[in-house]
Amino acid sequence: MKLISATVAVRSAREPDGGVAQHLRRWLQSLGPLAVLIVLLLVFEIARHNFLTGGNLAAIAESAAVPVILTTGLSFVILLGAIDLSMEGVMAASSMTLSLLCANDVNGNHWGVWGIAAAIGVGLAFGLVNGVLNTILRMPSLIVTLGTWFIGLGIASILFPAQVPTVRDPWVLGIAAYHIAGLSLIVFVALLLLLLFHLLLHYTHLGRMIFAVGGAEATLVMTGLPVPLFKIAAFVISGLLAGIAGVLLSARLGDGNANIGDGLLFPAVSACVLGGTLLSGGRGGVLQSAIGAVVLEVLNNGLIQIGAGPYVRNIISGAVILLVVAASGLHLRRKLRVVK
Amino acid sequence: MTQLLETRGVGKTFGRVTALEQMDLVLSQGEVLGLVGQNGSGKSTLLKIIGGLVQPSSGEMLLHGKPVRLRSQSDATMHGIGMVHQEQSLVPNLTVAENIFLDKPNAAKAHGLYRWNRLFDAAAAQLRKIEIDIDPRATVEDLRFAQRQQVELAKVLAVEDLVSHPPIILFDEPTSVLTPDEIRLLFRQIERLRQTAAIVFVSHRLDEILHISDRAVVMTDGCKVADEPVTALDRESLYRLMVGRQRTIRAPRAVETRPAESLTPRLDVTGLSTGRQVRPATLAVAPGEILGLLGVQSSGAEEFCRALFGAEDDVHGTIRLNGKQISVTSPAAAVQAGIGYLPANRHVEGMLKGRTLVENMALTFGLDYGHRGMIVNRRAERRVASEWITRLRVKTRSADARIDDLSGGNQQKVVLGKWLLSRRLQLLLLDHPTRGLDPGARDDLFAVIRSEAAKGLSVIFIADTIGEVLDLSDRVIVMRDGAMSAEYNLNRGDAPSEEDLVRAMV
Repeated sequence: MKLISATVAVRSAREPDGGVAQHLRRWLQSLGPLAVLIVLLLVFEIARHNFLTGGNLAAIAESAAVPVILTTGLSFVILLGAIDLSMEGVMAASSMTLSLLCANDVNGNHWGVWGIAAAIGVGLAFGLVNGVLNTILRMPSLIVTLGTWFIGLGIASILFPAQVPTVRDPWVLGIAAYHIAGLSLIVFVALLLLLLFHLLLHYTHLGRMIFAVGGAEATLVMTGLPVPLFKIAAFVISGLLAGIAGVLLSARLGDGNANIGDGLLFPAVSACVLGGTLLSGGRGGVLQSAIGAVVLEVLNNGLIQIGAGPYVRNIISGAVILLVVAASGLHLRRKLRVVK
Repeated sequence: MTQLLETRGVGKTFGRVTALEQMDLVLSQGEVLGLVGQNGSGKSTLLKIIGGLVQPSSGEMLLHGKPVRLRSQSDATMHGIGMVHQEQSLVPNLTVAENIFLDKPNAAKAHGLYRWNRLFDAAAAQLRKIEIDIDPRATVEDLRFAQRQQVELAKVLAVEDLVSHPPIILFDEPTSVLTPDEIRLLFRQIERLRQTAAIVFVSHRLDEILHISDRAVVMTDGCKVADEPVTALDRESLYRLMVGRQRTIRAPRAVETRPAESLTPRLDVTGLSTGRQVRPATLAVAPGEILGLLGVQSSGAEEFCRALFGAEDDVHGTIRLNGKQISVTSPAAAVQAGIGYLPANRHVEGMLKGRTLVENMALTFGLDYGHRGMIVNRRAERRVASEWITRLRVKTRSADARIDDLSGGNQQKVVLGKWLLSRRLQLLLLDHPTRGLDPGARDDLFAVIRSEAAKGLSVIFIADTIGEVLDLSDRVIVMRDGAMSAEYNLNRGDAPSEEDLVRAMV
């Protein structure tokens, strides 16, 4: 018996179980996107000396608020190893619901706060449908959410009246109009949601299990855990936040619009990947994804300031996404023998 | 001895197939029960029924004399029944602490909220209990294989604290993936548990059963054929009970008179090294020679074989095949040169799940039987695959059965057949070929390897046990820390004792 403990001791001395070292390495890796953000800020500040002013940073915060909310929701689904493409459709349906139920210039409805709740409820319902189709009927999330994306757009178009419904509800308009310290409530809502869902992901059983599903779903099933429930919850969170995003964008625009979410899906997925959330699931988090979203907004803002046109901006944004993903994930991908 | 669990007439049928018949078994506190049987004998089914993974079709189970129905594995856990799986059941991207309490309630995660520090403390206590030095905050995927195995053990042994009565711990072939060191550590845990628990231990290694168990149960075709104290048994009688036939022992080797130097070696490796695992190694293998590599988990034997097959990065050194230098930059290049590799993990690297036996066997060299090497000839593929299915004694209803439907041993025979199908195979690398195989299947596999070697195929073979290496090889090389630490030419009359070999390994 003595001999055994001796060999074990030798082993652990030779190969320390790198708990601390691994922790540090992981922590540094998660700082990668933050480093990109700081570099970008500095580069644009050097190029245009008035980039890091309060006014411009506030503008970036305003434009990043909704993308941050969207990536937060999307991250939960991506952590499962699934995807949610339905956000643009969900936002359209949520926006039309809001503008037709709250005080507006098309019909006599005046639901007030209940209109907001209904619009968010629409998002939640979409998420629930996505989750149920994916887990109970075992349909791939890609095709399910592609379908609900277009269902959402279709519903919004049918609801669309003869003229654009302008929102008159003071509650709704107040979200965008009321400012604290130069920032609209939208920014604070985004920060609050980000914090809330970060805590949910890290300090609750549900959050950790959603994280775990992306790592070893089969193991969780065999352990007897209610895996379908976790997956549905992730889709519901994604739908819920897309619904909230629809409300916030309508509040900012002051009307209901079926095209309100146009072009927001691609940056949201890119932001998740930029932040280090792997599409295969089980790695990343909402804070990292949010940093990815901010990086994209800073890039966009900076490129506009140095006078790049929309097409050039697309090219540069796409190239930066590829570059950052290539550089940041190299150590992870080198282990992969199969890339799909 | 208090009786903990009893099965009365427990049976299980899958469709028309009877996996387990009328099983009566008693597990008592303070006793290690060794469970042996060939693949497909029903011992896994029995273990899964006790572990709550499978519901019995008939009969009943009594826990402390009271009938009990286990609906799931977590249900079994709550009743104090834990199971150490052959394959690890850890979630790689969670922390060690979360994995230990994955299937158990704990105050630190009451109401679905995590109190991380309390969870880490609770996990640290579990790890301390079995004297394991691993940080409960570490993410499982960052741990080495052996450490993960220890976490798995800690996870199962944590059921001790879940119930007031003695726990029941099931070990499903835990040693097949462990090194001798780790096996000794595991046995120490079993010795510790023996006082307080009832233990079921499944292994294909009869020596281990005889060493650790108090009582051995032998199963064949879903029935119990023997239930005796191990003191009444020895290796041979256990083997006979299990296989139902006499063990074939290899005839004593004739000492070779022919000088090997006169031949061009089949494989000639000079200064081969990979990153950190293999230090520059030089060796030669003669045509028709079976070279056994022996070493513990991190000895570099696996990496050496994978490097020869082009499956490792950062490889240096020269490789000559039949005197001609070859560059093995990828598995495709190795196959092109005539090198085959039977991977240790056949489920991932060896077989195509969901495909038929013929499809699996014709995967690599099927076109060799086609027209002009370009057009597939299914009939010829079928014919040659069927020949090998017969020669390898694969138990299947047809060559068109899906490989998933076979037992592990028969799957391994099919994976080997994939390489043997080749007409130009020069060198075959076998990485733990007998992992999870019962003695009968292993003998079939060895017989075919021997006869192919007799026809000129060179073989390098990493064994699971010392006995296997001595059984199959012409020459043995022991590796330690990436370098060769000893060499024995069995055909020239070297006869290393097991002790010699272990000393060279650690």
